[in-house]
Order: sequence, then structure tokens, then C-alpha cells
Amino acid sequence: MTIPNNEVFSVDKASLVRRLKLHLPPHCLLVDEEDLRPYECDGLTAYRQLPLAVCLPENEGQVIDVLRACHQLGVPVVARGAGTGLSGGAMPHARGVVLSLARFNRILRVDPLARLAVVQPGVRNLAVSEAAAPHGLYYAPDPSSQIACTLGGNVAENSGGVHCLKYGLTVHNVLRIRVVSIEGEVFEIGSEAPDAPGYDLLALLIGSEGMLGVVTEVTVKLVPKPELAQVVMASFNDVAKAGEAVAAIIAAGIIPAGLEMMDKPATAAVEPFVKAGYDLNAEAILLCESDGTPEEVVEEISLVTEVLTRAGASHISVSQSEAERLRFWAGRKAAFPAVGRITPDYYCMDGTIPRKRLAEMLSAIAGMEKKYGLRCANVFHAGDGNLHPLIMYDAAKPGEWERAEAFGAEILELSVALGGSITGEHGVGVEKINQMCVQYTTPELEAFHRVKAAFDEGGLLNPGKAVPSLHRCAEYGRMHVHRGDLKFPELERF
Amino acid sequence: MTLDDIVQAVRAAHDSHTPLRIRGAGSKDFYGGMLSGEVLSVAGYRGIVAYEPTELYITARCGTPLADLEAALAEKGQMLACEPPHFSGASAGSAGATVGGCVAAGLSGPRRQQAGAVRDFMLGVKLVDGTGQALNFGGQVMKNVAGYDVSRLLAGSLGTLGVLAEVTLKVLPRPVAERTLVFALDAGESIARLTQWGGQPLPISASFWHDGQLWLRLSGARAAVEAAAGKLGGTVVAEADSLWQSVREQTHPAFAGGILWRLALPSTAGDPGLDGLRAIEWGGAVRWYAGEQEAVRGAAARLGGHAVLYRAPESLRCREDAFAPLSPALLALHRRLKKAFDPRGILNPGRLYAEF
Repeated sequence: MTIPNNEVFSVDKASLVRRLKLHLPPHCLLVDEEDLRPYECDGLTAYRQLPLAVCLPENEGQVIDVLRACHQLGVPVVARGAGTGLSGGAMPHARGVVLSLARFNRILRVDPLARLAVVQPGVRNLAVSEAAAPHGLYYAPDPSSQIACTLGGNVAENSGGVHCLKYGLTVHNVLRIRVVSIEGEVFEIGSEAPDAPGYDLLALLIGSEGMLGVVTEVTVKLVPKPELAQVVMASFNDVAKAGEAVAAIIAAGIIPAGLEMMDKPATAAVEPFVKAGYDLNAEAILLCESDGTPEEVVEEISLVTEVLTRAGASHISVSQSEAERLRFWAGRKAAFPAVGRITPDYYCMDGTIPRKRLAEMLSAIAGMEKKYGLRCANVFHAGDGNLHPLIMYDAAKPGEWERAEAFGAEILELSVALGGSITGEHGVGVEKINQMCVQYTTPELEAFHRVKAAFDEGGLLNPGKAVPSLHRCAEYGRMHVHRGDLKFPELERF
Repeated sequence: MTLDDIVQAVRAAHDSHTPLRIRGAGSKDFYGGMLSGEVLSVAGYRGIVAYEPTELYITARCGTPLADLEAALAEKGQMLACEPPHFSGASAGSAGATVGGCVAAGLSGPRRQQAGAVRDFMLGVKLVDGTGQALNFGGQVMKNVAGYDVSRLLAGSLGTLGVLAEVTLKVLPRPVAERTLVFALDAGESIARLTQWGGQPLPISASFWHDGQLWLRLSGARAAVEAAAGKLGGTVVAEADSLWQSVREQTHPAFAGGILWRLALPSTAGDPGLDGLRAIEWGGAVRWYAGEQEAVRGAAARLGGHAVLYRAPESLRCREDAFAPLSPALLALHRRLKKAFDPRGILNPGRLYAEF
């Protein structure tokens, strides 16, 4: 695909740098190509772009000054945390600046009684839980990149993790944010008290991919650490059966702390690498975690075991120690790097589907493997229907990336047709911008543009990301499909 | 009634610049700003569109009585975990809240302290905006970050951004076991105790203080509830469902009286220094006060919270805003968002803030 870089932005680099130097000390401003290089992409390395400059402000005043300057000069601004995002949301704009919040790395307050922490956006996700641990508390959302990803990025992407079915996404765990608008105005959104007055702007800003404002402070909810967690690992000789087992667990009234599935290619990639003890003969394995008081966990684990047995699991084992629990999980958590070991490159997709359509989706993916001549391993947040197909390719071979990209697009469009979404937790970014035209109608996209304009009339924050222009959709030319309902279903399609 | 009826009605009002007052069952007519505009009743647009217990969602048209929806969920052992109030009997012959009104008002019940608010369960919406366009946001899956999260934005928007013609909500299994304990404690001790318990992994699903007594509800696995009850002490309350029902529906005597203020505070906040404390809920985060309160907004703000004039006679409602005032910058942003969805300002004008 072509990278959107709107031609309307046309400041010259020299005058931009002159202006930024008024607001930032030399160590907070990068302008030379060799210094800009590390910022040319985020976790989605297939898309790269050098910015004109990188700003590394150290306080909110500098953030305000940079934003005001860019607003006056008409310069695009791309906010950036740790750059671990997987959809190119932090990919720079060729005529813009990158606003890195890396130096906003302080935990300002941990309040164990009110069970909250106030942190700067550059604080790493895991660091919040580490700071809360002495009080028996933790921050629930745990994206797999949690050792590196930052809270500011989590807010921008509404990050999830393996425990979000029970404990929620970022939007369920953030109480308040401080946001600077493109005009340099500071807003306090949400509060430590429930139900802040007015519209729920917190919900609107969380997951808005840096399109509406720049976050300078985040107040998160902390929750008591469960006394015990145990995980059940079950093998299935049929993927559809594993999918039905997931439904059976939910139908039994259980909301597990984590419910993950891996298919055979995924376990085959992981096992030699991690030695988690996965059943390599199984077509799919399920990991189902229970947490809570010891009494609660015993009760739930026995119920889960019963349900999985009835659902036709060919083998079941229950972790008998914390070490074994972590070993069972280690394979799932290492799935991406493990796949990275058996292929030069891989492309991770992020569609969500109703769980009951899983078998259908996996058999369609098997067909696409043949169609595009590429292999694909599947890991699945089964509890919430979020599928991560890992398409394996070799960027050095001509045409393979293009085939991987087309493969991915087909998976996303099928996700929409099956009643799901093109992205469960990685965001649209630059990557899935075309598929937005498939998920939403023109009037819906127009509504998104009006929301954007209410915050950023000139369209300077992260232009070209998250919401496609109508022009772009017209060029892409795919049909909008909503919740499985094709328009004019009576017509034949070719 | 069909979706097209709603679309046509809004389009006509848009074309003629006629303000509309969107109405489900009218169970929350008392709540928010003054009512104005021509009534657009959406009570007739009703019915459950889709319910998939194992996918944990239900989709219903806005006029569906909340009671019908909850009955369907109960049949499968599930629930709306935010426990929104029905307020049946609030107006003559009313069957109680509708699904659309529940989401538009965004009011949650006792379980909110454990499970979350109405907005936390929003998955998707079919919205008829102020120009009469039907728009879909979100969907029926648990995780969906494509586009701005407009459906959650609509929870609590009081119909000022559009008619919530159809909503999809996340549902959860009902807890296997529940037990209610009661303790003799004053308000200050209750808040201290709730704070202390809140930091521990205990299955507390609701709390309610009134007149020297603190009730605590435990919900979860049987063994967990029993263990927690043993640990906490207090006196076990038999037949506690009717108590929690009366808290949820505000038929409990604690909520009686002509004027009722709802203070939302950080749960650990100290005494705001006001007279007339009637009840405490949500682990200390909501405190109810009766009577005229001169200093209430300032007191709530000083503690990091805000006050809502929840119930009041018209004579007071017409001179006192229901909700705490917004900063000028936030108010301007609200106006721009309002305009983005309702350019002519015809939908429930003044219901959230007098300014729009």
C-alpha cells in the first residue's frame, strides 16, 4: 500500500527547527538524519518514514509550546511512547515532527488506600504493577509488550492483554487523563470520583490513536492481586471442538482470568523454543486460567476441568505450582518471537470475530495459505474472540511482503463479514486504514471526521492514520460489509 | 414502530428546526436538566434483536423494557452487571426504564463498585444522529478498537447526541452465591472499613450505609463467599435481595425526601462537612445528601469530586443545574461535539447542560 502523506503540509525544515529551538533545549531536539533514524518506524517495521524532527520534551510546558508552534506553522505532530505499537500508529509523517513522551517517565503517586496510581505517559506498563506490588495491588491490563510499552501508548491504543475478558481493557482501568490539545490547551478528563460530569470523553480519547490530543498524565485504577492463580491446559484433536469448549466454559457461568488458544503450527513453533510441555499432536491447545481466593480457584478449576472433559479434550493438565503455571504461559507469551525464529519475517494480524465463527475463520485461513503460498500460525485470545494470525514471509524475496499484506487484508475483511472487527487491540494506525472502508459506511466515517475536527480542526495530529479519508476509500474501492450483512444480499457477486 | 419511523421523525425535526424530547418510558424524567421540546416517543421501537449467551452480548431496540431484557438474561443465568435502575412506577402506569433510556442516562446500581458502570458494558450502538442518519458504531464483539469509541461516549449523554435506536451490551453470568452482611458502624468508620477491605482480594459486590448500619454484599463462587464472610464477621442478613432491590430502585427510605444530592467523590475522601447525609454507596465513592445545600458544589470539588442535583422540585431545578459546571475549555469542546452529531441542536436541548 502507499503511505498516506498529505501534500498540504509544507513547512520548510529550517524554519521549523528555528522555531522549535526557541522552546526546547538542545538535548531535547533531534534534527540530524542519523538521530532521526531510530524513530522511522514503530513495531510495524514494514512501514518506515523519517520525520523532519523529533522533540523530546521534559515537562508539560514544553509539550504545550511544541504543540502551539506546530499549530501555528501547520506542522503535523505524531506522538510516540515506546514505539512498540503494531499498526504503525507512531510512524512519523514526512513533513511533521515526532513528539516523544519518553522523558515523561515518573510515577508521580501510588495511593494504596484509594487504589490508584498517577503516572506520566512514558512510564512502562509493567513498572506500574511493580510500584503497586508492595501494597498487594497491580495494574490489570497486561499487553504482551508490557515490559516495554508505555501507559501513554496504552491509552492511545486502548490496549488489552491476556486478562482483559475478566479485568477489562485500558478504557476500564483508567480514571483520569491530562490532555494537551493541538492548540496547547490543557484538559482534565475524568476524575478519581466516578461518573465525571458531561460526556464520557475518557471513553472517546482512549483508543483514539493520538488523533485527538497528547496525554501528559494518566491516573489508573489498581486492583488487589489475587491470592492464587492456576491454569488448565487442554488438548483438542479438532479446532472446532476447541472453539466449542470455549463456548461451553462461558455457558457454565465462568469468566476465566485468561482463556487462550494456539493452533498446531503455533505450538510447533513455540515448543522447541520454550519447552512449555505443549502437546504437539494436538490440533489446538487451550489455556484457561482461574484466579481469586484459594477456595474460589479450587472450585473453578474443578468445574473447568469437568467442562473441558465433556467438550472432548484429549488431554488435560492443571498447573500444580506457580513455576508450572508460568511455564504453561511462557509458550503463549513467547508465541510471536518463537514464530520469528522459524521465519525471516512475520506479519501479525488482529481481527476479532464472534467465537462461534472460529472454525470457519481458521479453515478460511488454511485456504488463504495455499492461495498466497505463505504459512500462518494462529494464536487466539479465545475468551474475547481476538485472533492473531501470524503470517510468515521473507521480506528479502520479491513479492512476498505484498502477498503477506494481501493475505492479511483478506483476513481482516473476513473478520468484518463474520460479524467482527478489523482490530481488537492493535489499532488501525496506518496498517488497516483501507479496511476501515470495509467496516464503516461513508456517513459513519464522516462522523469520525467531525469528531476529529471537534478536537483538531486543522487535522495536524497524526494525519493519515486511524480514519481514512473518503477519497482514500473510493480509491480502495472495497465494498462495505457490516456485521455479516452484505448490502443487497439477493445479488450475486463475482 | 420501525427504525425508519425514528429516522423520518428526526429528519423532519431537523428540517423544521423543531426541538425534540426523546422519551422511552419517562422513568427518568426527574433526572438532568429541564425537559423541553416535542416528545419523540421511541417506546414502540422494541424487542431483543440478538442474544448470544456464550458470546456474552445482547442487542436490543431502545424501547425494550429493561425488565424484559433482564428476564431474557435471567433465563440463561446471566445479568446486566451494572444493575441499572428501572424506576418502575416513577410515572403513572410506567413499566419502568427502557434499554435506550438506561444507556442514555448511564445510571448504574449497587454492583457498579465491583463490575463497572453502564459505559463499561457498551459494545455497540445504532445511532440516529441529529440529521436523521442511522449510524453504527462498535459492534457485538468484546474487543474492537477500529474508529473512535462513539458507543461508550453515548452512555450518559442523555440523548443529546442522537437517538440510541439499538444498543449492544456485554452481559455476564450471575454469581453462583451471594451473601449479605450487616455491621453497626457510623459513616466515618464505614468509609475507613470499606477502604481497608477494598484493598484486599475480597468478593465485595455492593455496599450501602444508612443510619448507623453498613450492609455489604459478597458475590462469587460459593467457597469464596463463605471464606470471605468468615473473615469479615458482621451479621448475616437473610432475604437480602429486597434490600439491594430497594437501593437499586431508590425505594429505600434513605432516598426519601424532596431534594436529593448525589456526591461522587474519591472513595477515600473525608467528610465534605455537609448536613443531611442519607446514604453511602460504591465503597464510599457515592454519598447521598438530602435537602437544600448551599455549599455542595464547592465541597464536592474540594474533595476532588462533583455533585449532581439528583431529585428536586421544579422550582429548584429551574434555577440550579443538575450537573457540576464544566470549565470553559471543556464546555467549548462539548459544544463542538454536540454540533458534530446534532448540528441544529434539536435533540434534548438543555437536558445535559442549559448551554446546549
